[in-house]
Amino acid sequence: MTVTVLLFASYAESLGTHSMRLDMPSGATVADVIGHVRGLPGADRLPSAPLVAVNERYARGTRVLEPGDEVAIIPPVAGG
Amino acid sequence: MRAAIVDHPIDATGLMAEVARHGNGATVLFVGTVRDLNDGRPVNGIEYSAYRSMAEREMADIVREASEQFATTDIVVEHRTGLLELGEASVIIAVAHSHRGAAYDASRYVIEQIKKRVPIWKREHYADGTREWVDPTSHRVAAGAGR
Repeated sequence: MTVTVLLFASYAESLGTHSMRLDMPSGATVADVIGHVRGLPGADRLPSAPLVAVNERYARGTRVLEPGDEVAIIPPVAGG
Repeated sequence: MRAAIVDHPIDATGLMAEVARHGNGATVLFVGTVRDLNDGRPVNGIEYSAYRSMAEREMADIVREASEQFATTDIVVEHRTGLLELGEASVIIAVAHSHRGAAYDASRYVIEQIKKRVPIWKREHYADGTREWVDPTSHRVAAGAGR
């Protein structure tokens, strides 16, 4: 199944892109996606358990993904 | 109630007018502005970016929570993105209520929750020409009571 990964701020800069499409086995979790992304070049700034949102809601690493889900990897927020 | 991410200067007077009702005895306006110094480093400006759709949804949740907790629907908030100069407003919150205590409390709730939950990031542009993404989790101890 295909999921979309969104990257922002320092994470987007490190990985050189704001989004990517990943082909994951069905039943894959948020943690599986993070594990995959951490293996990419430039991902050294990415923590092992970053904040993640699935379809615009914060989600845990154990969350099982559905085809087409939008997985956003969220750097430490600094609004205000 | 309204929450938005905008990419233009925020109109404080407009937000105040939006929450004005004759039943309200107090209006609290919070304005967060770009400061010239962070952790002792001179700052020239700040570039804000956001996961816009989620940021608006999360801010709308926060406004709804404040509305339920403090019993007023007269709450609006706008957060700006893009490159801001010193003194410009990055966020403005207007809360109106029949009484001032709850207006202050609701305003405080909204800004503190924004800082905790809303996917917005800032990159400071320093006077020496360097730029850095701000990570509030990395220097909480060193920075002391700044937050």
